[in-house]
Amino acid sequence: MLDLKNMKFGDELLKRGFAKMTKGGVVMDVTNAEQAKIAEKAGAVSVMALERVPSDIRAQGGVARMSDPLKVKEILDAVSIPVMAKVRIGHLSEASILESLGVDMLDESEVLTPADPFYHINKKLYKVPVVCGARTFPEAVRRIFEGAAMIRTKGEAGTGNIIEAVRHIRTVTDGIYILNSLTNDELFKITENISKSYVTLRELTSEDLYGESGKMPYNNVYYGMDFREISNEIFKVIKEIKRLKRLPLVNFAAGGIATPADAALMMKMGMDGVFVGSGIFKSQDPQKMANAIVDATENFEDYKLLGDISSGLEGMHGLDISEIEKLQNR
Amino acid sequence: MKIGVLNIQGDVSEHFQMIMHLHKKYNVDPVNVKTIENLHGLSGLIIPGGESTVIYKILKKSGMYEKIYEMAVSGMPVMGTCAGAILISRDTGDNRVNGMNLIDITIKRNAYGRQINSFIQSINIEDIGNFNAVFIRAPGIESPGNSMIMATVNGSPVIVRENNILAMTFHPELTGDNRIHEYFVSMIDN
Repeated sequence: MLDLKNMKFGDELLKRGFAKMTKGGVVMDVTNAEQAKIAEKAGAVSVMALERVPSDIRAQGGVARMSDPLKVKEILDAVSIPVMAKVRIGHLSEASILESLGVDMLDESEVLTPADPFYHINKKLYKVPVVCGARTFPEAVRRIFEGAAMIRTKGEAGTGNIIEAVRHIRTVTDGIYILNSLTNDELFKITENISKSYVTLRELTSEDLYGESGKMPYNNVYYGMDFREISNEIFKVIKEIKRLKRLPLVNFAAGGIATPADAALMMKMGMDGVFVGSGIFKSQDPQKMANAIVDATENFEDYKLLGDISSGLEGMHGLDISEIEKLQNR
Repeated sequence: MKIGVLNIQGDVSEHFQMIMHLHKKYNVDPVNVKTIENLHGLSGLIIPGGESTVIYKILKKSGMYEKIYEMAVSGMPVMGTCAGAILISRDTGDNRVNGMNLIDITIKRNAYGRQINSFIQSINIEDIGNFNAVFIRAPGIESPGNSMIMATVNGSPVIVRENNILAMTFHPELTGDNRIHEYFVSMIDN
């Protein structure tokens, strides 16, 4: 039985529990109330409020911030399904503002322009659950340590190109698989390495002051935590993943899903559900595309149905992009 | 005995696990119910939590909505948790989701507010005892009709039973405590 007292008033249980209720579903990016209604009608499990869909952010450039609170409120009022909203990586204040508006889950997202070059938000400090992107096993572990309630692939948003999402699923899965063959000593080694990114700032300070790294203690490197405390917690996360043979929370695919077949592929690869961004509202017929992606996610192995619902659907124009333009590296 | 877990959307695997844990004691086997064919031969059905609008839409499209209604009316026990309770209710007051009218309750979606208002509370359930109930964007039972109230929170019913139908607004599948699932299995036995 779960030890409720140790779960900090059960906040973690409520946050991860919320994520569990979205399993098998499609979360759709929307920029206004009208789009939110189309998504709800299509059977979206939740809508994601953001300022501009990723392909527009990509095309227009500039700084991408959280959505205008006025838009968020409109979307909250327009639908009965949960509303998520994107927050810039490390932007504590945007996160608190969105939480106060009543948003049901935050997405600390690389699609927006990052606010903090060193740290992600300490998600344990928020009552609202947060989903984070991860390209690799170490990234997923760090986000879980920071209190993410759900993990998604980063993929490459706004491209309509599925290759990066597939890359991230395969990479994280391989990281989990290989844990099985590692001894405790080896687990300690990878723990040290995975925890290292929390001392990046301290090492820069050391270089600034002494002209070389490694000259300063690793105390108070992340929200009052010492490096040792962090690596102990990270070790626990890794052990749990090893035991479960999967991430200990809900795991969605995101970034580049543009067709029903893409959504089906993500489910076939073992994902718990999908996020669809530009793929719906940049297609020829958003309502039809939204319906089809919901159907494909629920029936991802019914290939006759997939063929039927994909017939005559025109997807968004896809992009094959260079390394330098990738949002996932944020 | 085969107990179906409706596998359209939501926390399906958690319910599945709960029934697996009861396998030895009661000889019950969980069955993933994804299509109308999967409903065949079931002794009971669990409708999990998730988004009621999503589950409703797909139940209607697949014809499972009517089939589940038929089977329940002819006596198959059904347990609905959270979204599942909405789907089996008499009245939801929301045309986005129409209840099957398997249990005489009127229910309101998101009765406690948004996710920030989700909570855990210890409740005392008739025939079961104290239970940590997890309420996530939970609906509220506005009127229990002819159903029997088994526990309340602030005076409102949160778990009710009417003959072969059991409905609750919280998530017994999230805490590892399988007494409510055990109670449901005993409803099938009888």
